[in-house]
Amino acid sequence: MSKIALTVAAPDLDAELDPRFGRAAFFLLIDPETLAWEGLANPAREARGGAGVQTAQFLAEHEADAVVSGDFGPNAQQALQTAGIAMYIYESCETAREALQRFRAGELPAVDSPRQRPGRGD
Amino acid sequence: MRIAVASGKGGTGKTTVAVSLALSLTTDGAPAGGARYPPLLIDCDVEAPDAHLFLRPTIEKTAAASVLVPAVDESRCTLCGLCADVCEYNALAVLGDEVLLFPELCHGCGSCSLVCPEGAISEGPRVVGRLEAGHAGELRFARGVLNVGEPMPVPVIRQLKAWARPQPGQLSLLDAPPGTSCPMVEVVRDADFVLLVTEPTPFGLHDLELAVEVVRELGLAAGVVINRDGIGDQGVDDLCASEDLPILLRIPFDRSVAEALARGETLIDVWPEYRDRLRELARGVTERVLVAGHG
Repeated sequence: MSKIALTVAAPDLDAELDPRFGRAAFFLLIDPETLAWEGLANPAREARGGAGVQTAQFLAEHEADAVVSGDFGPNAQQALQTAGIAMYIYESCETAREALQRFRAGELPAVDSPRQRPGRGD
Repeated sequence: MRIAVASGKGGTGKTTVAVSLALSLTTDGAPAGGARYPPLLIDCDVEAPDAHLFLRPTIEKTAAASVLVPAVDESRCTLCGLCADVCEYNALAVLGDEVLLFPELCHGCGSCSLVCPEGAISEGPRVVGRLEAGHAGELRFARGVLNVGEPMPVPVIRQLKAWARPQPGQLSLLDAPPGTSCPMVEVVRDADFVLLVTEPTPFGLHDLELAVEVVRELGLAAGVVINRDGIGDQGVDDLCASEDLPILLRIPFDRSVAEALARGETLIDVWPEYRDRLRELARGVTERVLVAGHG
């Protein structure tokens, strides 16, 4: 079974999307075939640094195959690519349900070439 | 003795005070106050050092400032992930069959190499800035410069303080970065006295309150210099009264000072009488430190 992760403001399919990846409030981990979902609080939300890297590890531990968010920082991109997790941008979508529908329809753009320069962190 | 010149708010006149105070203790022959050496001024604002603009120092020696970052020996690594778990700043990640290192996130604490059960992690220096030392006339001078794009000033400040050592009995004056976060704390933490430079405005007051909290938390002696005196309101005076903070100097607001600073001149170039006032300030601070030390 493949799983996709969505960054959301609250753990619900009708919740608003959270545009941040590393500091997203929650993830919805969804089976795109059955639409069964699980809400996960992001443990890296208050990280002192490297939130994107920690979040990528968190998704790897939960065996996500793809992740949909507003955007991805350079460190997050490098970590996600190494973990083999595909990245998609939700563009103008507002809710998790909408992003999921457009993902399933193959309408969301993928991030395929991570930026060259590593991030600055905080 | 170490005197740190700090502020909460940026642009209050830290460098103006630090440079003019240092120069007041060097000029006309012998060092002031019976000291054996002219003071050492250390520009610790490594993200935006500016004291050199006023002092035009001759640099005699330089050194690299670096952070120790890990390197992983893949032949010994078992991908156990302990290094990534222990890293507070997520500078290491174990993903798939790789250990990813993000050097710019690394604070150089060394925990990863300590916890690695396979001894697979060694540490090596990554240069993040440089240190410089020299003189401007009689005044000894040192500064640190963080490389552009580097996010962490604290290691450069820490190394600068260890590298630019004063002679025994020599006064060091440390020009701190603005704010009240880690870089400022690193500069003031072991000072004998903190001069808090502020301006009498609501913004100056707000940030002075934060800076006072920091020096109280660290148990440091402190006094206040009010710059641009005459603008704003009574808030800073009231705070100093209620916090029992001595106001050691008031520098009036005057356009001619701003113009002179913009030309790279100092306060004592504009108002020579400030040489004596700053010497008086230094004497007062020294007495306070000595009294505190014996009390």
